[in-house]
Amino acid sequence: MNNLQLNAEGRLKHFITIEGLSRELLTEILDTAESFVGITDQQIKKVPLLRGKTIVNLFFENSTRTRTTFELAAKRLSADVLSMSISTSSTSKGESLLDTIRNLEAMFVDMFVVRHGISGAAHFIASHTAPHISVINAGDGQHAHPTQAMLDMFTIRQIKKSFIGLRVAIIGDILHSRVARSEIQALNILGVEEVRVIAPKTLLPAHVHTLGVSVCHDLTEGLKDIDVIIMLRLQKERMTSALLPSESEYFKCFGLTEKKLKIAKPDAIVMHPGPINRGVEIESQVADGKQSVILKQVSNGIAVRMAIMSMAMQPMSQ
Amino acid sequence: MLTIEELLTNLDLALRQVIEQRQLVNPMMIGIRTGGVWIAEQMHQRLAIEEPLGLLDISFYRDDFSQLGVHPHVKPSAIPGHIDGRDIILIDDVFYTGRTVRAALNEIFDYGRPNQVVLAVLIERDGKQIPISPDCVGVRMALSAYQRIKLLGPDPLVIEVENMPLHSEGETVR
Repeated sequence: MNNLQLNAEGRLKHFITIEGLSRELLTEILDTAESFVGITDQQIKKVPLLRGKTIVNLFFENSTRTRTTFELAAKRLSADVLSMSISTSSTSKGESLLDTIRNLEAMFVDMFVVRHGISGAAHFIASHTAPHISVINAGDGQHAHPTQAMLDMFTIRQIKKSFIGLRVAIIGDILHSRVARSEIQALNILGVEEVRVIAPKTLLPAHVHTLGVSVCHDLTEGLKDIDVIIMLRLQKERMTSALLPSESEYFKCFGLTEKKLKIAKPDAIVMHPGPINRGVEIESQVADGKQSVILKQVSNGIAVRMAIMSMAMQPMSQ
Repeated sequence: MLTIEELLTNLDLALRQVIEQRQLVNPMMIGIRTGGVWIAEQMHQRLAIEEPLGLLDISFYRDDFSQLGVHPHVKPSAIPGHIDGRDIILIDDVFYTGRTVRAALNEIFDYGRPNQVVLAVLIERDGKQIPISPDCVGVRMALSAYQRIKLLGPDPLVIEVENMPLHSEGETVR
Protein backbone atom coordinates (compact mmCIF):
# COMPACT_ATOMS: atom_id res chain seq x y z
CA MET A 1 0.00 0.00 0.00
CA ASN A 2 2.77 2.40 0.85
CA ASN A 3 5.39 0.94 -1.45
CA LEU A 4 5.77 4.41 -2.93
CA GLN A 5 8.19 4.85 -0.02
CA LEU A 6 10.48 2.02 -1.07
CA ASN A 7 12.52 1.49 -4.21
CA ALA A 8 12.66 -1.75 -6.19
CA GLU A 9 15.19 -3.18 -3.72
CA GLY A 10 12.98 -2.41 -0.73
CA ARG A 11 15.19 0.45 0.44
CA LEU A 12 13.91 3.81 1.58
CA LYS A 13 13.15 6.28 -1.20
CA HIS A 14 10.59 8.61 0.38
CA PHE A 15 9.64 8.86 4.04
CA ILE A 16 5.96 9.71 4.18
CA THR A 17 4.49 7.52 6.90
CA ILE A 18 5.51 4.79 9.35
CA GLU A 19 2.58 2.66 8.20
CA GLY A 20 3.64 -0.31 6.13
CA LEU A 21 7.35 -0.16 7.00
CA SER A 22 9.05 -3.22 8.49
CA ARG A 23 10.64 -3.57 11.89
CA GLU A 24 13.97 -4.20 10.11
CA LEU A 25 13.80 -0.90 8.26
CA LEU A 26 12.83 1.08 11.37
CA THR A 27 15.69 -0.59 13.25
CA GLU A 28 18.09 0.25 10.44
CA ILE A 29 17.07 3.91 10.73
CA LEU A 30 17.69 3.82 14.50
CA ASP A 31 21.06 2.07 14.07
CA THR A 32 22.22 4.53 11.42
CA ALA A 33 21.14 7.45 13.61
CA GLU A 34 23.24 6.00 16.42
CA SER A 35 26.36 6.58 14.32
CA PHE A 36 25.37 10.12 13.48
CA VAL A 37 25.07 11.00 17.18
CA GLY A 38 28.87 10.61 17.46
CA ILE A 39 29.50 13.38 14.95
CA THR A 40 28.92 15.96 17.66
CA ASP A 41 32.22 14.75 19.20
CA GLN A 42 34.06 15.99 16.14
CA GLN A 43 35.56 19.46 15.96
CA ILE A 44 34.03 19.69 12.52
CA LYS A 45 30.48 18.49 13.06
CA LYS A 46 29.91 17.49 9.47
CA VAL A 47 30.26 14.49 7.19
CA PRO A 48 30.61 14.73 3.43
CA LEU A 49 27.84 12.23 2.62
CA LEU A 50 25.43 14.53 0.76
CA ARG A 51 27.98 16.96 -0.67
CA GLY A 52 26.61 18.56 -3.81
CA LYS A 53 22.99 17.59 -3.09
CA THR A 54 20.32 20.25 -2.76
CA ILE A 55 17.57 19.91 -0.18
CA VAL A 56 14.59 22.23 -0.01
CA ASN A 57 12.56 22.54 3.17
CA LEU A 58 9.06 23.41 2.07
CA PHE A 59 7.12 24.57 5.09
CA PHE A 60 3.52 25.45 4.35
CA GLU A 61 2.87 25.48 8.10
CA ASN A 62 4.81 27.13 10.90
CA SER A 63 7.48 25.20 12.73
CA THR A 64 10.58 26.06 14.69
CA ARG A 65 12.01 22.82 16.05
CA THR A 66 11.28 20.60 13.09
CA ARG A 67 12.48 23.07 10.49
CA THR A 68 15.63 23.95 12.40
CA THR A 69 16.61 20.34 13.07
CA PHE A 70 15.95 19.37 9.43
CA GLU A 71 18.08 22.28 8.33
CA LEU A 72 20.90 21.39 10.73
CA ALA A 73 20.68 17.73 9.75
CA ALA A 74 21.04 18.62 6.07
CA LYS A 75 23.97 20.94 6.80
CA ARG A 76 25.76 18.31 8.88
CA LEU A 77 25.46 15.98 5.90
CA SER A 78 27.12 18.73 3.80
CA ALA A 79 24.06 19.23 1.60
CA ASP A 80 23.04 22.66 0.36
CA VAL A 81 19.80 23.51 2.05
CA LEU A 82 17.16 26.07 1.42
CA SER A 83 14.26 26.70 3.79
CA MET A 84 11.10 28.20 2.38
CA SER A 85 8.06 29.34 4.28
CA ILE A 86 5.48 29.13 1.60
CA SER A 87 2.77 31.20 3.23
CA THR A 88 4.99 34.17 2.51
CA SER A 89 5.82 33.33 -1.08
CA SER A 90 4.30 32.58 -4.44
CA THR A 91 1.39 30.35 -3.39
CA SER A 92 -0.03 33.44 -1.80
CA LYS A 93 0.20 34.94 -5.29
CA GLY A 94 -1.93 32.09 -6.60
CA GLU A 95 0.64 29.53 -7.79
CA SER A 96 -0.51 25.91 -7.42
CA LEU A 97 1.40 23.42 -5.29
CA LEU A 98 2.49 21.43 -8.33
CA ASP A 99 3.72 24.53 -10.11
CA THR A 100 5.81 25.44 -7.07
CA ILE A 101 7.27 21.91 -7.11
CA ARG A 102 7.95 21.97 -10.87
CA ASN A 103 9.78 25.28 -10.53
CA LEU A 104 11.96 23.99 -7.74
CA GLU A 105 12.65 20.81 -9.71
CA ALA A 106 13.87 23.00 -12.53
CA MET A 107 16.48 24.31 -10.09
CA PHE A 108 17.94 20.78 -9.78
CA VAL A 109 16.71 19.96 -6.31
CA ASP A 110 17.37 16.44 -4.95
CA MET A 111 15.06 16.31 -1.95
CA PHE A 112 11.97 18.00 -0.58
CA VAL A 113 11.20 18.10 3.11
CA VAL A 114 7.53 18.99 3.30
CA ARG A 115 5.28 20.23 6.06
CA HIS A 116 1.71 20.95 5.08
CA GLY A 117 -1.57 21.51 6.87
CA ILE A 118 -3.42 19.10 4.61
CA SER A 119 -3.20 15.34 5.18
CA GLY A 120 -1.66 13.58 2.21
CA ALA A 121 0.31 16.58 0.90
CA ALA A 122 3.71 14.87 1.13
CA HIS A 123 2.33 11.75 -0.54
CA PHE A 124 0.87 13.89 -3.30
CA ILE A 125 4.21 15.59 -3.93
CA ALA A 126 6.09 12.28 -3.83
CA SER A 127 3.81 10.79 -6.45
CA HIS A 128 4.24 13.75 -8.78
CA THR A 129 7.94 14.62 -8.55
CA ALA A 130 10.69 13.52 -10.89
CA PRO A 131 11.94 9.99 -10.12
CA HIS A 132 15.33 11.08 -8.76
CA ILE A 133 13.78 13.28 -6.07
CA SER A 134 13.09 12.05 -2.53
CA VAL A 135 10.34 13.46 -0.34
CA ILE A 136 10.38 13.50 3.45
CA ASN A 137 7.20 14.21 5.35
CA ALA A 138 7.77 16.74 8.13
CA GLY A 139 4.12 16.62 9.18
CA ASP A 140 0.95 16.56 7.06
CA GLY A 141 -2.38 17.63 8.52
CA GLN A 142 -3.60 15.13 11.07
CA HIS A 143 -2.11 12.22 9.16
CA ALA A 144 1.53 11.59 10.04
CA HIS A 145 4.76 13.00 11.43
CA PRO A 146 7.07 10.04 10.91
CA THR A 147 10.43 11.68 11.68
CA GLN A 148 9.12 12.87 15.05
CA ALA A 149 7.96 9.32 15.77
CA MET A 150 11.40 7.94 14.84
CA LEU A 151 13.30 10.40 17.03
CA ASP A 152 10.99 9.45 19.89
CA MET A 153 11.67 5.75 19.22
CA PHE A 154 15.37 6.55 19.18
CA THR A 155 15.14 8.35 22.54
CA ILE A 156 13.16 5.48 24.06
CA ARG A 157 15.68 2.90 22.84
CA GLN A 158 18.60 5.05 24.00
CA ILE A 159 17.28 5.04 27.57
CA LYS A 160 15.32 1.79 27.85
CA LYS A 161 17.73 -0.21 25.62
CA SER A 162 14.93 -2.32 24.11
CA PHE A 163 11.24 -2.09 23.20
CA ILE A 164 10.41 -5.52 24.58
CA GLY A 165 8.04 -5.45 27.55
CA LEU A 166 7.62 -1.66 27.52
CA ARG A 167 4.27 -0.05 28.36
CA VAL A 168 3.94 3.34 26.72
CA ALA A 169 1.25 5.91 27.52
CA ILE A 170 0.32 8.62 25.03
CA ILE A 171 -1.64 11.33 26.78
CA GLY A 172 -3.74 14.16 25.42
CA ASP A 173 -5.22 15.18 22.12
CA ILE A 174 -4.96 11.92 20.18
CA LEU A 175 -7.74 12.97 17.79
CA HIS A 176 -5.86 15.82 16.13
CA SER A 177 -2.32 14.55 16.64
CA ARG A 178 -0.28 13.36 13.67
CA VAL A 179 2.55 12.66 16.12
CA ALA A 180 0.35 10.24 18.09
CA ARG A 181 -0.70 8.37 14.94
CA SER A 182 2.87 7.87 13.77
CA GLU A 183 4.05 6.93 17.25
CA ILE A 184 1.33 4.32 17.75
CA GLN A 185 2.34 2.70 14.44
CA ALA A 186 6.05 2.77 15.21
CA LEU A 187 5.64 1.41 18.76
CA ASN A 188 3.50 -1.46 17.50
CA ILE A 189 5.91 -2.31 14.67
CA LEU A 190 8.85 -2.26 17.08
CA GLY A 191 6.98 -4.62 19.39
CA VAL A 192 6.30 -2.87 22.71
CA GLU A 193 4.10 -4.68 25.23
CA GLU A 194 1.35 -2.06 25.29
CA VAL A 195 0.47 1.33 23.84
CA ARG A 196 -2.07 2.99 26.09
CA VAL A 197 -3.82 6.18 25.05
CA ILE A 198 -5.16 8.36 27.84
CA ALA A 199 -7.55 11.14 26.88
CA PRO A 200 -11.06 12.47 27.31
CA LYS A 201 -13.54 10.88 24.92
CA THR A 202 -13.84 14.09 22.91
CA LEU A 203 -10.12 13.97 22.03
CA LEU A 204 -10.04 10.37 20.78
CA PRO A 205 -10.78 9.26 17.23
CA ALA A 206 -13.96 7.23 16.75
CA HIS A 207 -12.37 3.84 16.12
CA VAL A 208 -9.33 4.29 18.31
CA HIS A 209 -9.27 0.58 19.31
CA THR A 210 -8.48 -0.42 15.75
CA LEU A 211 -5.12 1.42 15.98
CA GLY A 212 -3.72 -1.28 18.26
CA VAL A 213 -3.95 0.56 21.57
CA SER A 214 -5.68 0.17 24.89
CA VAL A 215 -7.81 3.13 25.95
CA CYS A 216 -8.18 4.86 29.28
CA HIS A 217 -10.07 8.01 30.19
CA ASP A 218 -8.54 8.53 33.61
CA LEU A 219 -4.93 9.68 34.05
CA THR A 220 -4.51 8.34 37.60
CA GLU A 221 -5.73 4.93 36.54
CA GLY A 222 -3.88 4.98 33.22
CA LEU A 223 -0.39 5.76 34.52
CA LYS A 224 -0.05 2.47 36.44
CA ASP A 225 2.91 0.29 35.31
CA ILE A 226 3.90 2.78 32.62
CA ASP A 227 7.57 2.93 31.45
CA VAL A 228 7.31 5.77 28.95
CA ILE A 229 4.97 8.77 29.11
CA ILE A 230 4.43 10.75 25.93
CA MET A 231 2.56 14.00 26.53
CA LEU A 232 0.93 15.73 23.59
CA ARG A 233 0.49 19.44 23.21
CA LEU A 234 -3.04 20.66 23.81
CA GLN A 235 -3.70 22.83 20.81
CA LYS A 236 -5.36 25.94 22.16
CA GLU A 237 -7.72 26.21 19.24
CA ARG A 238 -9.45 23.04 20.52
CA MET A 239 -10.83 25.01 23.44
CA THR A 240 -12.89 27.18 21.17
CA SER A 241 -14.34 24.20 19.35
CA ALA A 242 -16.15 23.04 22.50
CA LEU A 243 -14.16 19.81 22.81
CA LEU A 244 -12.98 20.84 26.26
CA PRO A 245 -14.47 22.96 29.03
CA SER A 246 -11.36 25.00 29.97
CA GLU A 247 -7.57 24.88 30.24
CA SER A 248 -7.64 24.66 34.01
CA GLU A 249 -10.18 21.86 33.94
CA TYR A 250 -8.04 19.98 31.42
CA PHE A 251 -4.95 20.43 33.57
CA LYS A 252 -6.83 19.14 36.61
CA CYS A 253 -7.84 15.92 34.83
CA PHE A 254 -5.08 15.27 32.28
CA GLY A 255 -2.17 17.53 33.24
CA LEU A 256 0.97 15.66 34.28
CA THR A 257 2.03 16.75 37.76
CA GLU A 258 4.83 15.47 40.00
CA LYS A 259 2.23 13.73 42.13
CA LYS A 260 0.69 11.90 39.21
CA LEU A 261 4.08 11.02 37.76
CA LYS A 262 4.73 8.96 40.90
CA ILE A 263 1.96 6.56 39.83
CA ALA A 264 4.03 5.43 36.84
CA LYS A 265 7.08 3.20 37.28
CA PRO A 266 9.86 4.94 39.26
CA ASP A 267 12.18 4.91 36.23
CA ALA A 268 9.51 6.12 33.80
CA ILE A 269 10.61 8.80 31.34
CA VAL A 270 8.57 11.82 30.30
CA MET A 271 8.54 12.88 26.67
CA HIS A 272 6.88 15.69 24.74
CA PRO A 273 7.21 16.56 21.05
CA GLY A 274 7.06 20.28 21.84
CA PRO A 275 6.17 23.04 21.98
CA ILE A 276 5.04 22.52 25.57
CA ASN A 277 2.24 24.44 27.23
CA ARG A 278 3.42 24.71 30.82
CA GLY A 279 0.51 24.47 33.20
CA VAL A 280 -1.85 23.14 30.52
CA GLU A 281 -0.76 19.59 29.77
CA ILE A 282 2.39 19.44 31.90
CA GLU A 283 3.61 21.02 35.12
CA SER A 284 6.91 22.92 34.90
CA GLN A 285 8.50 20.78 37.63
CA VAL A 286 7.85 17.70 35.50
CA ALA A 287 8.93 19.26 32.20
CA ASP A 288 12.24 20.34 33.78
CA GLY A 289 12.50 17.40 36.17
CA LYS A 290 14.88 14.45 36.35
CA GLN A 291 12.60 12.09 34.46
CA SER A 292 12.08 14.49 31.57
CA VAL A 293 13.94 13.71 28.33
CA ILE A 294 12.31 16.48 26.32
CA LEU A 295 15.54 18.24 25.36
CA LYS A 296 17.24 14.94 24.60
CA GLN A 297 14.46 14.38 22.06
CA VAL A 298 15.40 17.65 20.37
CA SER A 299 19.10 16.73 20.16
CA ASN A 300 18.27 13.27 18.86
CA GLY A 301 16.06 14.84 16.21
CA ILE A 302 19.15 15.94 14.29
CA ALA A 303 20.81 12.51 14.18
CA VAL A 304 17.59 10.70 13.29
CA ARG A 305 16.82 13.15 10.49
CA MET A 306 20.38 12.78 9.20
CA ALA A 307 19.87 9.01 9.07
CA ILE A 308 16.54 9.26 7.25
CA MET A 309 17.81 11.85 4.76
CA SER A 310 20.95 9.91 3.89
CA MET A 311 19.06 6.64 3.58
CA ALA A 312 16.42 8.18 1.31
CA MET A 313 19.14 9.70 -0.84
CA GLN A 314 20.64 6.33 -1.64
CA PRO A 315 21.20 5.68 -5.32
CA MET A 316 18.52 3.92 -7.32
CA SER A 317 19.37 0.81 -9.26
CA GLN A 318 19.56 1.30 -13.00
CA MET B 1 52.61 -18.11 2.71
CA LEU B 2 53.37 -16.68 6.13
CA THR B 3 51.14 -17.39 9.10
CA ILE B 4 49.02 -14.67 10.72
CA GLU B 5 51.32 -14.81 13.72
CA GLU B 6 54.37 -14.11 11.52
CA LEU B 7 52.58 -11.24 9.77
CA LEU B 8 51.65 -9.69 13.10
CA THR B 9 55.24 -10.02 14.30
CA ASN B 10 56.52 -8.39 11.09
CA LEU B 11 54.10 -5.51 11.54
CA ASP B 12 54.99 -5.16 15.20
CA LEU B 13 58.71 -4.87 14.36
CA ALA B 14 58.13 -2.49 11.45
CA LEU B 15 55.94 -0.32 13.66
CA ARG B 16 58.55 -0.13 16.42
CA GLN B 17 61.10 0.98 13.86
CA VAL B 18 58.84 3.70 12.46
CA ILE B 19 57.93 4.91 15.95
CA GLU B 20 61.64 5.40 16.58
CA GLN B 21 62.48 6.96 13.21
CA ARG B 22 59.56 9.38 13.23
CA GLN B 23 59.96 10.00 16.97
CA LEU B 24 56.32 9.38 17.84
CA VAL B 25 55.46 10.58 21.32
CA ASN B 26 52.73 8.82 23.29
CA PRO B 27 50.98 7.73 20.09
CA MET B 28 47.23 7.21 19.89
CA MET B 29 46.27 4.06 18.01
CA ILE B 30 43.19 4.01 15.78
CA GLY B 31 41.82 0.97 13.95
CA ILE B 32 39.57 1.14 10.90
CA ARG B 33 36.44 -1.02 11.23
CA THR B 34 36.17 -3.91 10.97
CA GLY B 35 39.36 -5.80 10.08
CA GLY B 36 41.65 -2.90 10.98
CA VAL B 37 40.28 -2.89 14.52
CA TRP B 38 41.18 -6.57 14.96
CA ILE B 39 44.76 -5.93 13.87
CA ALA B 40 44.90 -2.76 15.96
CA GLU B 41 43.80 -4.71 19.06
CA GLN B 42 46.81 -7.00 18.58
CA MET B 43 49.26 -4.13 18.02
CA HIS B 44 47.78 -2.15 20.89
CA GLN B 45 48.57 -5.05 23.19
CA ARG B 46 52.02 -5.79 21.76
CA LEU B 47 53.13 -2.16 21.99
CA ALA B 48 51.59 -1.86 25.47
CA ILE B 49 49.73 1.34 24.68
CA GLU B 50 47.74 2.41 27.72
CA GLU B 51 45.28 4.82 26.16
CA PRO B 52 42.22 2.96 24.86
CA LEU B 53 42.15 2.03 21.20
CA GLY B 54 40.31 4.42 18.87
CA LEU B 55 37.73 2.98 16.48
CA LEU B 56 36.96 4.53 13.13
CA ASP B 57 33.97 3.73 10.93
CA ILE B 58 34.55 5.48 7.64
CA SER B 59 31.10 4.77 6.15
CA PHE B 60 30.10 8.44 6.13
CA TYR B 61 33.36 9.44 4.41
CA ARG B 62 33.42 6.88 1.59
CA ASP B 63 33.66 8.16 -1.96
CA ASP B 64 31.17 5.62 -3.35
CA PHE B 65 28.01 6.86 -1.61
CA SER B 66 26.55 7.81 -4.98
CA GLN B 67 26.97 4.19 -6.14
CA LEU B 68 26.32 2.25 -2.95
CA GLY B 69 24.46 4.43 -0.47
CA VAL B 70 24.85 4.26 3.30
CA HIS B 71 26.32 1.05 4.64
CA PRO B 72 23.42 -0.60 6.48
CA HIS B 73 25.57 -1.72 9.41
CA VAL B 74 27.47 1.47 10.11
CA LYS B 75 28.71 1.79 13.70
CA PRO B 76 29.75 4.90 15.61
CA SER B 77 33.39 5.98 15.57
CA ALA B 78 35.00 6.33 18.98
CA ILE B 79 38.11 8.45 19.40
CA PRO B 80 39.48 8.21 22.97
CA GLY B 81 40.78 11.79 23.31
CA HIS B 82 41.64 15.02 21.53
CA ILE B 83 43.39 14.61 18.19
CA ASP B 84 44.99 18.07 18.14
CA GLY B 85 48.77 17.85 18.16
CA ARG B 86 48.77 14.07 18.72
CA ASP B 87 50.85 11.41 16.99
CA ILE B 88 48.46 8.88 15.46
CA ILE B 89 49.04 5.29 14.38
CA LEU B 90 46.30 4.37 11.92
CA ILE B 91 45.79 0.66 11.34
CA ASP B 92 43.98 -1.29 8.65
CA ASP B 93 44.00 -4.93 7.62
CA VAL B 94 44.48 -4.70 3.85
CA PHE B 95 45.80 -1.79 1.80
CA TYR B 96 44.45 -1.98 -1.73
CA THR B 97 43.30 1.11 -3.66
CA GLY B 98 44.06 3.62 -0.91
CA ARG B 99 40.50 4.97 -0.87
CA THR B 100 39.68 3.67 2.61
CA VAL B 101 42.71 5.44 4.03
CA ARG B 102 41.79 8.65 2.22
CA ALA B 103 38.35 8.50 3.86
CA ALA B 104 39.88 7.66 7.26
CA LEU B 105 42.28 10.62 7.06
CA ASN B 106 39.44 12.97 6.21
CA GLU B 107 37.47 11.74 9.19
CA ILE B 108 40.47 12.01 11.55
CA PHE B 109 41.06 15.59 10.43
CA ASP B 110 37.42 16.41 11.22
CA TYR B 111 38.22 15.47 14.82
CA GLY B 112 41.24 17.78 14.96
CA ARG B 113 44.72 18.47 13.60
CA PRO B 114 47.12 15.67 14.44
CA ASN B 115 50.88 16.22 14.59
CA GLN B 116 51.76 13.08 12.58
CA VAL B 117 49.86 10.13 11.20
CA VAL B 118 51.58 6.80 10.55
CA LEU B 119 49.77 4.15 8.50
CA ALA B 120 50.32 0.48 9.35
CA VAL B 121 48.63 -2.37 7.48
CA LEU B 122 48.88 -6.11 7.83
CA ILE B 123 48.86 -6.75 4.07
CA GLU B 124 49.64 -4.43 1.20
CA ARG B 125 48.45 -5.72 -2.16
CA ASP B 126 48.90 -4.10 -5.54
CA GLY B 127 46.12 -2.02 -7.05
CA LYS B 128 46.80 1.41 -5.61
CA GLN B 129 44.66 4.13 -7.21
CA ILE B 130 45.62 7.27 -5.30
CA PRO B 131 48.97 8.59 -4.03
CA ILE B 132 48.81 7.18 -0.51
CA SER B 133 51.07 4.40 0.80
CA PRO B 134 51.45 2.59 4.10
CA ASP B 135 54.45 3.38 6.33
CA CYS B 136 54.71 -0.16 7.65
CA VAL B 137 53.36 -3.48 6.44
CA GLY B 138 53.24 -7.09 7.63
CA VAL B 139 53.68 -8.38 4.09
CA ARG B 140 53.35 -7.25 0.47
CA MET B 141 51.42 -9.52 -1.88
CA ALA B 142 51.00 -9.54 -5.64
CA LEU B 143 47.43 -10.41 -6.54
CA SER B 144 45.51 -10.11 -9.79
CA ALA B 145 42.52 -7.80 -10.07
CA TYR B 146 40.29 -10.89 -9.98
CA GLN B 147 41.50 -11.91 -6.57
CA ARG B 148 40.10 -10.52 -3.38
CA ILE B 149 41.69 -10.77 0.02
CA LYS B 150 39.61 -10.92 3.13
CA LEU B 151 40.39 -11.04 6.81
CA LEU B 152 38.07 -13.12 9.00
CA GLY B 153 38.12 -12.78 12.76
CA PRO B 154 38.59 -11.64 15.38
CA ASP B 155 39.32 -15.01 16.94
CA PRO B 156 41.00 -16.68 15.22
CA LEU B 157 42.26 -14.28 12.56
CA VAL B 158 42.22 -15.97 9.16
CA ILE B 159 43.25 -14.60 5.77
CA GLU B 160 41.23 -15.75 2.80
CA VAL B 161 42.08 -15.17 -0.84
CA GLU B 162 39.03 -15.49 -3.08
CA ASN B 163 38.97 -15.75 -6.84
CA MET B 164 36.23 -13.47 -8.05
CA PRO B 165 33.96 -15.08 -10.67
CA LEU B 166 34.80 -13.93 -14.19
CA HIS B 167 32.08 -12.70 -16.52
CA SER B 168 30.19 -15.59 -18.09
CA GLU B 169 31.78 -15.14 -21.55
CA GLY B 170 35.28 -15.42 -20.17
CA GLU B 171 37.68 -12.50 -20.10
CA THR B 172 35.48 -9.99 -21.89
CA VAL B 173 35.08 -7.18 -19.45
CA ARG B 174 32.96 -4.32 -20.61
